[in-house]
Amino acid sequence: MFKTLQDMFKRYRRPGDIVFACLFFALSLFLLSQIGEQTAWKNTRLFSQPAFWPAVSLSFMCLFAALHLFGSIASPRIEGRWKEVWFWARSLEYVAWFLGYVILVPLLGYLVATVLFSICLAFRLNYRSPKWLGTSALTAFGIVLTFKTFLQVKVPGGAIYEFLPTALRSFMLTNF
Amino acid sequence: MEDFYAGLQILAQWQVVAALLVGSIGGVIIGAIPGVGAAVAIAILLPATFSMQPIVGLTLLLGIYGSSMYGGAIPAILINTPGTAVNALTTYDGYPMTKRGQAKRALSLAYSASFFGGIFSIICLMFLSPVLAWIAPQFGSREIFLAALMGIILVVLAHRGQVFAAGMLASFGIFLNTIGLEPIKYTKRYTFDQGWLSSGVDLIVVVLGIFALSQAFSLLVEKDSTPKAQPVSGNLLSGIKELFGHKRIATISASFGVVMGMIPGVGEFTAQFMSYTYAQKTSKAPEKFRDGSPEGLIASETSNNAVPAAAMIPLLALGIPGEALTAMMLSVFYVHNVIPGPQLFQNKMDFVMALYIAMLLLNVIVLIFLLFSTNLLTKIIQIPTRFLGLVILTLSFVGIYSLRNSVTDCAIASGFGVFGLILKRLNLPSVPIILGMVLGGIMETKLRSAMARVETPLDFINRPIAAIIFTLILFIIAMHIRTIFIEHKNRLNEADIDHDIHNTQQG
Repeated sequence: MFKTLQDMFKRYRRPGDIVFACLFFALSLFLLSQIGEQTAWKNTRLFSQPAFWPAVSLSFMCLFAALHLFGSIASPRIEGRWKEVWFWARSLEYVAWFLGYVILVPLLGYLVATVLFSICLAFRLNYRSPKWLGTSALTAFGIVLTFKTFLQVKVPGGAIYEFLPTALRSFMLTNF
Repeated sequence: MEDFYAGLQILAQWQVVAALLVGSIGGVIIGAIPGVGAAVAIAILLPATFSMQPIVGLTLLLGIYGSSMYGGAIPAILINTPGTAVNALTTYDGYPMTKRGQAKRALSLAYSASFFGGIFSIICLMFLSPVLAWIAPQFGSREIFLAALMGIILVVLAHRGQVFAAGMLASFGIFLNTIGLEPIKYTKRYTFDQGWLSSGVDLIVVVLGIFALSQAFSLLVEKDSTPKAQPVSGNLLSGIKELFGHKRIATISASFGVVMGMIPGVGEFTAQFMSYTYAQKTSKAPEKFRDGSPEGLIASETSNNAVPAAAMIPLLALGIPGEALTAMMLSVFYVHNVIPGPQLFQNKMDFVMALYIAMLLLNVIVLIFLLFSTNLLTKIIQIPTRFLGLVILTLSFVGIYSLRNSVTDCAIASGFGVFGLILKRLNLPSVPIILGMVLGGIMETKLRSAMARVETPLDFINRPIAAIIFTLILFIIAMHIRTIFIEHKNRLNEADIDHDIHNTQQG
């Protein structure tokens, strides 16, 4: 039974493991080194000390991160380390897309920003046929309709709504 | 029985019925699309449920949780790609059956087994409820602290072969929860004098980053692909008859699901593999396993579907979530100031019963839906992966931004999105971070209040339940050490033959 369990959770090391292990260990050490600066030690019982849980968690984080790093160092190198790191870095492009979208929403309003974002990103992803651009615009519209119009989630109206006639402005503020 | 009727009354509102329908059918569709999964959907929908009544919000989320595995079996069987992570084992036997031209048989068996697992676990829990209502109040601060500690230890040790990584990530989760203003002495912890860190790191922001954004980034960066599945014809109910021929395996697998679901930190994977191993060891044709064995398929699908109902037990009875999805649901309770725990079982049994009945109904709805729409679902799963990434990214925005309209939250979630992507690429687990955050908070509060009445260390375990949990923790650690020892011995014998590069990582 336990052998099977072991097989089941055994995950193979993948390229780039050692880079992550190093960075995580460095982060753990840095955070632990800040414990005196970033937490207070008050006149109270040990378990109520503000520093108690950060100290416990960071100590274990350092211990396990060190063991994980040791595991990586002791294992034979797997080819493709930097190619993998480049893959991670490529995700930053989409972080920028996402944050751009976040900044646009309060300016253009949820509906316009979402449709615009969807069409532009679809174009970037090589979905350039009218069929796909239309699908992405419709999907965006459907999302806005579901969440803002129907579920009334809290997304503020866009700054450009100020330029709309009063009746249309309040309609847009409530629904889109 | 009174509670049962009271529960039915709670459910008799159109909002709850609508949530049940949308949740269960939506869950099947979400589960059937490889790359989405219940965690992504629940994370995105979570903030939207905060404005609903607790029962409506929870029914919607439970619907998705309980039905996604049904849908996940479809691509697992037809195209060898599990729709959700817990359907991975279904591919072992489901796909070989499809290759042999038995796709309809495999799907039908998977649906029947899932249905049996779901219903079996809910009925077990309904009968267990009076016992739970009796035991739950015996849990004071120290017992809840010890149970949460056991959950953390189990979630770390359950990741066999990755114990170090799981340990560091769980500790990271506990640390994340401590950031911000602490509630006793009002001192700042790890805020680095940054205003945006004073209120701490929000669990939902982390959840959306690690589950939803990371998945979106991963799909967007990877090469585009379109899953293709062939339509299936024939009566999909025929599997029920075949399932009856394997009553023993189905019942034992469902029982494994119930027990493993109830233990915090364990869950579907352990239940599935225990059931699968049991089914293989007791089968008359063990050689057929991993090559299209109906028994293997039954073991996998019955046990994973028995888990969701059982996983609600530690959440409802003790306020301790055992895995990521119930951890997310805990926030629905908190938002409405309903604190799950012993009082819930004592005072709001009708509410608990309503949740059970909702789960019962969702299994029926899903089965009926699947009988008529499996072929439609085979078309839905053919969404190109990068387009799916775009949709998840757009949906994630509404999840994060609607929390408190904060650009900072979106930036933090993006950071966790990249972190989650790296974990995914390295095949490291992300669940320990979420459980660390939730259980870390529970442990901090409960230990503080428990220690007020503890004079000597032995006082901590002088109550029967505390003593039992403490013994269990020692037993779990002892068993783990024993397993490492046995592994080590075996490895030495094999050393001349094969050098396993992963040995060093097996905690």
